[in-house]
Amino acid sequence: MSSAGARPAFDPAVLFKALFLGLVAIFVLVPLLATLLGGFKSLGELRVNPFGLPRQWEWQNYADILFSARYWQLLRNSLVISTLAVALTLITASMAAFTFAHVRFFGSSMLLSYLTLGLLFPAATAVLPLFIKVRDLGLLDTYFGVALPQVAFSLAMSVLLLRRFFKDIPYELLEAALVDGCSYIKFFRYVTLPLSRPILATVGTITFVNSWNAYLLPLVMLNTDALYPWPLGIMVYQGEYSSEWHLILAFITLTILPTIILFLLAQKHIVAGLTAGAVKG
Amino acid sequence: MARRIAITSPIGVAGEAAPQVAVRGPGWDGRFTVLILFLPPALLLFTLFVVLPIGEAAWYSAFNWNGFGRPTNWIGFDNYRFVLETRAFWLALRNNALIIAVSLAIQLPLALTLALMLAEKFRGAVALRMLFFLPYILAEIATGLIFSFVYDGDFGLVASIWRTFGAEPPHLLASTDTAMLAVLIVVVWKYFGFHMMLFIAALQSLDKNLVEAARIDGATRTQTLRHVVIPLLYPTIRLSVFFAIIGSLQLFDLVMPLTRGGPADSSNTMVSFLYNNGISRMRVGYGSAIGVILFAICVTFAFTYKRWFMRDE
Repeated sequence: MSSAGARPAFDPAVLFKALFLGLVAIFVLVPLLATLLGGFKSLGELRVNPFGLPRQWEWQNYADILFSARYWQLLRNSLVISTLAVALTLITASMAAFTFAHVRFFGSSMLLSYLTLGLLFPAATAVLPLFIKVRDLGLLDTYFGVALPQVAFSLAMSVLLLRRFFKDIPYELLEAALVDGCSYIKFFRYVTLPLSRPILATVGTITFVNSWNAYLLPLVMLNTDALYPWPLGIMVYQGEYSSEWHLILAFITLTILPTIILFLLAQKHIVAGLTAGAVKG
Repeated sequence: MARRIAITSPIGVAGEAAPQVAVRGPGWDGRFTVLILFLPPALLLFTLFVVLPIGEAAWYSAFNWNGFGRPTNWIGFDNYRFVLETRAFWLALRNNALIIAVSLAIQLPLALTLALMLAEKFRGAVALRMLFFLPYILAEIATGLIFSFVYDGDFGLVASIWRTFGAEPPHLLASTDTAMLAVLIVVVWKYFGFHMMLFIAALQSLDKNLVEAARIDGATRTQTLRHVVIPLLYPTIRLSVFFAIIGSLQLFDLVMPLTRGGPADSSNTMVSFLYNNGISRMRVGYGSAIGVILFAICVTFAFTYKRWFMRDE
């Protein structure tokens, strides 16, 4: 505003900026575009022309995968596991967060610090004992065997985010409701949750993206191909078609497609969710 | 950082500052019901799948055990000795350090520069932000596979560039000299957008009056940047560094499709080392020892870092 002067005809800073942004954009885009286009090429063409547009569009690569039961099964498995993880995280974390936000009791802050211990280390550190625990519970090779540990590891962050938001709901509202004979549980159900849709969406998004993309936990917990989520399935696929890159590229494109569509549909939400989760953790 | 956000919302201030009046109405009975219904699910899950396994890792690490039956073969601290005597462990640790170094020396400045460019409004700024953030939400497995194509010595993009110069294309991922370098490039590709978004969020919640005041007082663009904007970003920079380090310590998914930690352990991270030597061979004791070491590194780092650099947050 204050710097409004005569616009210079040529500003080297602007040129530099455009160049720099263009280079980074190319750095990001080229691998993605090459993957998308590679799926439309024949193996022979891929070898001589990995960058350009396909001379002959091989729709068959994509069609074969789209009409295979295998592709849809992978997506379905991922969807089931992620949905379980999101639902269970939202339920358990919001209940716990509500208690920490609104109910004063002895040991409250101690229990909260106990939960936040989960922020300090990655799931990988305890994955062997976790495997044995899941096995002893009889959950090995089940959706729950993957989803429950995912929920457990997302609880710390989720409870913190939700509690911060719940605390912002005016205390007078709860007090008035209680005086009028409303119970805590009804208040939670009819006031807290409806008012908290944005933060529930944020927590749901973080949990969903993490679970949808997860590799290590399903790798350790699942043995049956029929239960594999897509990151495991795509590794198996790559193992089978080791150097038939045109097929692998088509498969990669189709498996990341749901993520990209979701991202385009809800980009503001996803960006806000993933960065907010990080910042407020 | 977080506190500044809270202050901008009037409800937040009211909520925080509200006097904690004793609750009337249902009183203790109502609270008790909530306590026994609402807390146990989360606490139970967390204890069962997060806290107990860490404790058990410490216990199992004292045994030579393949996971079947009960652990009986007590060997004390031998597993830790075996880990520390393994060359691959130190290589993995070095690689984690390399990832951190690259994150700090290349990724962070890149993210900050881009954030400063893209925080201003101009046509295409939002589209570019989204494009740069896109790699972050792609699964690491998919990213790894995409780049194993990019690096492929026969079909890949790198090979094709090499061939146009008439040179024999290298197999970057198959050489101990270049495998880790190749992984590092992918790390930057995947994560710079996340850090950029952190900085953009911080820049947008920055007090514009301070920048304005500096400009009115005659500070040049560069001076404003160096003496006003960057210092205001310090909390976010510290946060970004924190995530880069924690992220490096848990990097695994990305490495598997690229190199599986090879060749000859040259591109292992701590977690892929744990996977290759503990999990895939069901050496529970040995793997648990690696896990405990990783746990100790993470917790020590988190506490020291928070104490030294993030005291005010």
